[in-house]
Amino acid sequence: MKVCVTSEGNNLDSKVDPRFGRCQYFIIADIDTLAFEAVQNPNIDSMGGAGIQSGQLIAGKQVKAVLTGNMGPNAFQTLQAANITVVTGISGSVKEAVEKYKNGDFKATQGPSVDSKFGMPPQK
Amino acid sequence: MIIAVASGKGGTGKTTVAVNLALSNSNTQLSDCDVEEPNAHIFIKPKIKNKELISIPVPEVDKSKCDGCGRCQEVCAYNAIAVVNKKVLIFPELCHGCGSCGYFCPQHAIKEINKEIGSVEIGKRDNLLFVHGKLNIGEAMSPPLIKAVKKHVNPARVNIIDAPPGTSCPVITSIEGSDFCLLVTEPTPFGLNDLILAVEVLRKLDIPFGVVINRSDLGDKKTDDYCSQENIPVLMRIPFKREIASAYSKGISIVEAFPEYKKDFQELLDNISKMAKQNNRR
Ligand code: SF4
Ligand code: SF4
Repeated sequence: MKVCVTSEGNNLDSKVDPRFGRCQYFIIADIDTLAFEAVQNPNIDSMGGAGIQSGQLIAGKQVKAVLTGNMGPNAFQTLQAANITVVTGISGSVKEAVEKYKNGDFKATQGPSVDSKFGMPPQK
Repeated sequence: MIIAVASGKGGTGKTTVAVNLALSNSNTQLSDCDVEEPNAHIFIKPKIKNKELISIPVPEVDKSKCDGCGRCQEVCAYNAIAVVNKKVLIFPELCHGCGSCGYFCPQHAIKEINKEIGSVEIGKRDNLLFVHGKLNIGEAMSPPLIKAVKKHVNPARVNIIDAPPGTSCPVITSIEGSDFCLLVTEPTPFGLNDLILAVEVLRKLDIPFGVVINRSDLGDKKTDDYCSQENIPVLMRIPFKREIASAYSKGISIVEAFPEYKKDFQELLDNISKMAKQNNRR
């Protein structure tokens, strides 16, 4: 079974990126074998709708859950439509997150944790 | 004549300048385009006579016709539509109402419904005509509402447009088509930084402009130096005065609290019309 963790780097030792839509990488990891794929996030500089686009990208990866720091309403809605469980409030390394998920330490988040635009760079 | 009053950032006194300019002439119209936070009415206290509700078309999907092909999502340039598990999700706050999704849907499953984004209110105070837009809370799509406010601009009058702060899309929508733009700034490093950004925008739009320095005695000389280097006219300086600040906090304009300032604003208006005319002959 695979999960997606938002990550600041491209491997399992990287730190969890607190943003979903504009995280640096998505690590798609198999929770049993720890085999993983690092997907660079193409939506970091998107003007708007990064959460939706990222949500769609992940919906295409056959993952069971997304583990991240925060998630806005649009991304949440998109993942919900794809029947993907969302867990927010995650920090530490990607590997720790995957292991904790495997041990059943996490509860699914019932709603978005931040407003849309959360990960946007400050307006100039 | 249309004069836009803008500033690179909020809180520089942009609305103060717009309001006082409008009150210094007898044939003016003030259009508050800062639709996310309109506040010129606090100083003008107009009698509102008309109110128009403004909507934009957003798509709605007929689930019985949709086969989940995903074409609508591909053609939407604003990420306002997502198709997941053959379900179509629409995010109306990102939708620009362009109509592409409906046009390209092979199943003709999309129709447009109107979504209200805010309202335009039109009022009067003596000879001054007043128009402002109010964006509904939580709504992000301000340009269509700003355009609705600007539809009321009457070229026979002296029009003052209070633009939103910043240099983003709503600002450009507000100042586009003006004969002149006043940039209100403060003589601080932050103020200067944002002024430079605003100047870049105005040069691209090819609108003549000048600067008003507010709280002119409280900062440094760098803003003045920049303006003279760049050949930008500084048209007015408003010194910091406790009395002005205190009148402001009570919603009283400068020219009402201190009538002696009226001639300064009249002069500013005269200078602007001269500069705008020169530019038109160019
Ligand atoms: S283009 Fe039309 S048929 Fe295809 S997914 Fe969108 S709404 Fe459904
Ligand atoms: S109307 Fe335009 S902006 Fe709105 S969802 Fe359709 S394609 Fe996207």
